[in-house]
Amino acid sequence: MSDTVLLLVILAAMAVAFQIGRGRAVRTAGGPAGIKHLHSLPAYYGWYLAIWVGLPALVVLLAWIGLQERVITALLVQQLPAELTAGLSEGRVGLLLNDIKNLATGGITAGDVTPAVEAAAERYRHWQGIATAAQWALVLAVALAGLTWAWRRVAPDFRARNRVEATLLGILILCSSIAILTTLGIVLSVLFESILFFQRVPWTEFLFGTQWSPQIALRADQVGSSGAFGAVPLFTGTLLISAIAMLIAVPIGLLSAVYLSEYASRPLRAWSKPALEVLAGIPTVVYGFFAALTVAPFMRDLGAAVGLDVASESALAAGAVMGIMIIPFVSSLSDDVINAVPQSLRDGSYALGATQAETILRVILPAALPGIVGGILLAVSRAIGETMIVVMAAGLAANLTANPLESVTTVTVQIVTLLTGDQEFDSAKTLAAFALGLTLFAVTLTLNVIALHIVRKYREQYE
Amino acid sequence: MNTTAEAIETNTGNLRASDFDGERAFEGTLGDITAAEPRMECREVNVWYDANHAIREVSLDIGKHEVVAMIGPSGCGKSTFLRCLNRMNDTIPAAKVTGSIKLDGMEVLDRGIDVVPLRAQVGMVFQKPNPFPKSVYENIAYGPRIHGLTNHREELDELVETSLKRAGLWKEVKDRLHQPGTGLSGGQQQRLCIARTIAVSPEVILMDEPCSALDPIATAVIEELIAELKQEYSIAIVTHSMQQAARVSQRTAYFHLGDLVEVGATGQVFEDPQHHLTRAYVTGRFG
Repeated sequence: MSDTVLLLVILAAMAVAFQIGRGRAVRTAGGPAGIKHLHSLPAYYGWYLAIWVGLPALVVLLAWIGLQERVITALLVQQLPAELTAGLSEGRVGLLLNDIKNLATGGITAGDVTPAVEAAAERYRHWQGIATAAQWALVLAVALAGLTWAWRRVAPDFRARNRVEATLLGILILCSSIAILTTLGIVLSVLFESILFFQRVPWTEFLFGTQWSPQIALRADQVGSSGAFGAVPLFTGTLLISAIAMLIAVPIGLLSAVYLSEYASRPLRAWSKPALEVLAGIPTVVYGFFAALTVAPFMRDLGAAVGLDVASESALAAGAVMGIMIIPFVSSLSDDVINAVPQSLRDGSYALGATQAETILRVILPAALPGIVGGILLAVSRAIGETMIVVMAAGLAANLTANPLESVTTVTVQIVTLLTGDQEFDSAKTLAAFALGLTLFAVTLTLNVIALHIVRKYREQYE
Repeated sequence: MNTTAEAIETNTGNLRASDFDGERAFEGTLGDITAAEPRMECREVNVWYDANHAIREVSLDIGKHEVVAMIGPSGCGKSTFLRCLNRMNDTIPAAKVTGSIKLDGMEVLDRGIDVVPLRAQVGMVFQKPNPFPKSVYENIAYGPRIHGLTNHREELDELVETSLKRAGLWKEVKDRLHQPGTGLSGGQQQRLCIARTIAVSPEVILMDEPCSALDPIATAVIEELIAELKQEYSIAIVTHSMQQAARVSQRTAYFHLGDLVEVGATGQVFEDPQHHLTRAYVTGRFG
């Protein structure tokens, strides 16, 4: 609460500083008539002052918010009577501290309220009061120091615009690095957990083992929980379902792209392209129950009618629905690259007496091929990473099979089952999810890099 | 040249603002529109792009073994007229063409006619070189393949070689037949496009400002090539360069705001134009 008010005060101070800076710039230049002697427009001097008031104060505020609680807690632990913490584990001390803090803020405590605890709560409240006052004082002092420093520098030949623009550039760089840093953070956290996993299970067994049975025996006499971590059945399952999906998505997507870009009239195209792209906007969970409740039983009944034994959670059903989901990726990206083929190539082909079909087949598609391949690779990486459809429609049994009528499981399904519910994060079973995630990430990243490279190479050809 | 200088003195005063507003009355084409041995005969051709009347009542013959140059200021309809001759305007949905265009007595504008053999007979070279992103060999072999002109590989090899030789490109590319055609220089690319057109044995070759994207040396090479090709083909060329029209053509047609104003032997059009607009254009008063 106090932090929010302080933040508003800083913003208000920035607004005031802006006015002061602008006014001072005009005055040092000798009134409105002298503005042309200023290096920058008066508003830049205002911004310069506002930045010097706001930025250091915000940095101090953030640092204080980050540190205050830790410092006070450390002091609190130090001051606790020795008999209170003696023989307590780290977790128990944490619980005790929670009690003290709850008592201080008027909440409900779990343990008994002893005089020692009450005294500690009183100390906590006291320190917090001091800390808040000190925070206000420090932040406002920093803001004032910034204002004075910047105020003294305002002069007609001071290059305020360059300073302000450099600051803006810094902010832009900071924002754009956040996405990259987040990705890096995710990769590193998955990597560290995976390393823990590979300390328990050798990576050769993980990558080349053909048995997947992640249940680990809790008791010595437990039956059927061998704990095998061979990921091959999972990756073949993923590949099988992705292959089925691509078998459906590539021909349908590519042919509809050819129709839309080469044959369809302009009004039809304007109407049907967004309609096709709606497919990409359907939530995958909807596809999931469509696959599990409609397509899978239909396939099983169809199989029964012709005398085939189709599992009720067959790879075929999940793959088919996933393929439908991916159609707009393929068609939209292919449509873009086909449209990027210059009209002059079509004219050249028509002028030689080629028909429209010959032109498409022999000139346009070969010219657009690298871009189409890039689009397909992006779709493949989407298929491999797709989770919801397979969670709902594919099975859990890690069968090592290439038969689309059987039930298979995928990497993403296993990650979901390993991590949902209450889990202990130091067992090989849970850590296996991170190893799977890391491998999956490596595969899709490689595909994306290849795809982007191909697409870029293709783009250069016509520019 | 004395007469031209006098013409500037005496006749440029005839230019009026109404000459450029599209509203003026058109009195009919001056000069002789017919050729001695016509290959293509165009009569009263009109083109609309939606409501825009792009060319009006144009009649012109293109004879055998001759080069007809079409000149005129930008937007005068000369490229539009050229694109009617092999019905390339079909690819523009808004375009509507009326009148009559006959190729060796066969009506080209007939709805029922198949444009595929027509375009094989009337080839086209574009303003910007547009080789396919394939090898030099495949660029030439494309036309013969789709028309089934050759029966086996040796025949096709030979056709590719003769086409490249006729286009004067063989010596430069014979060692790089299987490298991309897009890797050639601009002038070489344009000759590759001409070779590609020749490979399907057309009767007429239409050229839409074929040298406007090329440097003077490449232009000179193409102009020499046009002079040679004239022995076998009828050529219609649209150009912005009056010097080029004077150098390569036997007859010249001057277009102005969608009208064919004047046609005649090239020497006559440039030295003694009949119409005051033609005179103003060829003497550099506007354009």
